Amino acid sequence: MRALQPLGDRLCRRDGRALTITTAIEFRAVTRSFGATRAVNGVSLSIAAGEFFSVLGPSGSGKTTCLRLIAGFDLPDAGEVLLAGRDVSSVPPHDRDVNTVFQDYALFPHMNVLSNVAYGLKVRGVVPSEREQRAREALAMVKLKEFGERWPAQLSGGQKQRVALARALVNRPKVLLLDEPLGALDLKLREEMQIELKSLQRTLGITFVYVTHDQGEALSMSDRVAVLDRGRIEQLAAPRVLYEQPATAFVARFVGSSNVIGGELARRLTGSAQAFAVRAERIVALAANAALPAGHVECQGELLDVQYHGASSRWQVQCEGLVIAAEPRDAEAAQVGSKVRLAWPHSAMVRLAADAA
Amino acid sequence: MNATALGGLLYRHPKLNLFLLLLPPLLWFGTVYLGSLLALLLQSFYAIDEFTALIVRTPTLATYVQLFSQPANLDIVQRTVTMAVCVTIACALIAWPIAHYMASHARGRVKALFYVAVMLPMWTSYLVKVYAWRLILAKQGIVFWICEHLGLGRALEALLSTPGIGGPSLASSYLGMFIVFVYMWLPFMILPLAAALERVPASLLQAAADLGARPGQILRQIVLPLALPGIAAGSVFTFSLTLGDYIIPNVVGAPGYFIGMMVYQQQGTAGNIPLAAAFSVVPIVLIAVYLALARRAGAFDAL
Repeated sequence: MRALQPLGDRLCRRDGRALTITTAIEFRAVTRSFGATRAVNGVSLSIAAGEFFSVLGPSGSGKTTCLRLIAGFDLPDAGEVLLAGRDVSSVPPHDRDVNTVFQDYALFPHMNVLSNVAYGLKVRGVVPSEREQRAREALAMVKLKEFGERWPAQLSGGQKQRVALARALVNRPKVLLLDEPLGALDLKLREEMQIELKSLQRTLGITFVYVTHDQGEALSMSDRVAVLDRGRIEQLAAPRVLYEQPATAFVARFVGSSNVIGGELARRLTGSAQAFAVRAERIVALAANAALPAGHVECQGELLDVQYHGASSRWQVQCEGLVIAAEPRDAEAAQVGSKVRLAWPHSAMVRLAADAA
Repeated sequence: MNATALGGLLYRHPKLNLFLLLLPPLLWFGTVYLGSLLALLLQSFYAIDEFTALIVRTPTLATYVQLFSQPANLDIVQRTVTMAVCVTIACALIAWPIAHYMASHARGRVKALFYVAVMLPMWTSYLVKVYAWRLILAKQGIVFWICEHLGLGRALEALLSTPGIGGPSLASSYLGMFIVFVYMWLPFMILPLAAALERVPASLLQAAADLGARPGQILRQIVLPLALPGIAAGSVFTFSLTLGDYIIPNVVGAPGYFIGMMVYQQQGTAGNIPLAAAFSVVPIVLIAVYLALARRAGAFDAL
């Protein structure tokens, strides 16, 4: 990221050659407070046109506020929000070239599906014949061609979700905002929709900003992910980087569900009290009489619990004052309460930022 | 049968449970309320004997012929309906911003305060309020006094000399009557409207704005259609209350008769119960027609 510097609405390399990337959305030190809490606290980021960008965080982390600031339902107390290089900090939602898929779908109950989808065209003065044609195209895009004459109350959750998507896409926005759009769907439907959303984004080439608390969703679909906690960006990186090189203890726990190991155990294993992360599946279990493999560190503890997950089992091991989660492969069935030996390679340990606990 | 067995019986037969629960109020509603209304309506198909002043109990449409053939009666119907329409429109216009604020913006104590304030006038006697208004609107009343002191005396005089709505003073003009009617029935418009607006999710308004709708378009295309059932309910109240009232036209306002006054007079001093009944059929028919039209216009689609 150091190599890129924002210049107007374009990203330029240090050497001055313009890239073909335009910035769709930019936050400059944006802050938004509600009472004493800073929902968004000095966030700066820039999202490239055509990017699938996710904002990931637990509830109350400020991710939905970020989305509302882009859509214009909320305005920043400090800082600037730029859309395609234009400061929109005081532009109302209806003048922003951005459309939203709402968490509760927000379909108009007094209009049928076709009128719902065509609404964005109607308010912009598109003639009736064209808006019906475009609304039917949008419905076909989300595989609801035959549903135009139905009413929202007659649709299932998944169908409502698709109508909301078609309605948001019919205006051909440059940016689509999605606020936990799959939150209310069951697992199987959610996985199908993830694949469809991703392929829609690829074919349409528009910028998606996807807000979710589900790290699996964020990792599987996104080009880049911003991990938010208490209104601040903890880490902004590609999914693989987030997973393999978490910057902070929060990201390590939230994204990879990694073990964060600090204090005395860290000092004994690495010679420094600085915390490190190690993912459960990198940990192996050693037999009582086995030798420690080369390049590994070891700790011993008491097995507290075993959760069976089919392909693997997850162990909770009490180890020198910490509870460590491990998913050892080919481990023999161990008794809860017995002593176990855990080991992992040096390469599995990721140093975390100094402020990490 | 002991209590447990009875409880079990009712649990196994939920319809019986419901039936027993509904029976007493249905008996009351069916016989006392609807029954007496039906008896009254049947009276309108009798007629009065001109000479003996006794009711002839044979079915006839003579009373309706009398009602609609006399220009004075048609005047009364027209006057009452015009007033009811004006009062309903004024109530809706005044109620909208208040109900909107109560439903969408007020929170906690402020909201409770607004609901109490809207209902507070209903805690006092109807007659006290009407007579109070007569004093407020009288020639020596506070409205005249304020207008004089604000230098608006001339304007008020001009308003009162307007034919149709004017009169010697506000207290004896249709304008004054209109003011009192609007004051009296306003809570009956605000409450159903606020209830309807409360049920419009904020995300719908955001979705409309997000799709490019301007505030005026959101109001016309999203909020208004969804609030129509509330307006319809409120307008049935304000409309029918105005059509049936006989006290306000008696105490405040110009000398012209209203439907309510005619009903009161016909069944009282004049002793013509069939004509009184026929007069009271008019509001019922008007409300039925109004509801049918509202339904056709889609006022209840969002229910």
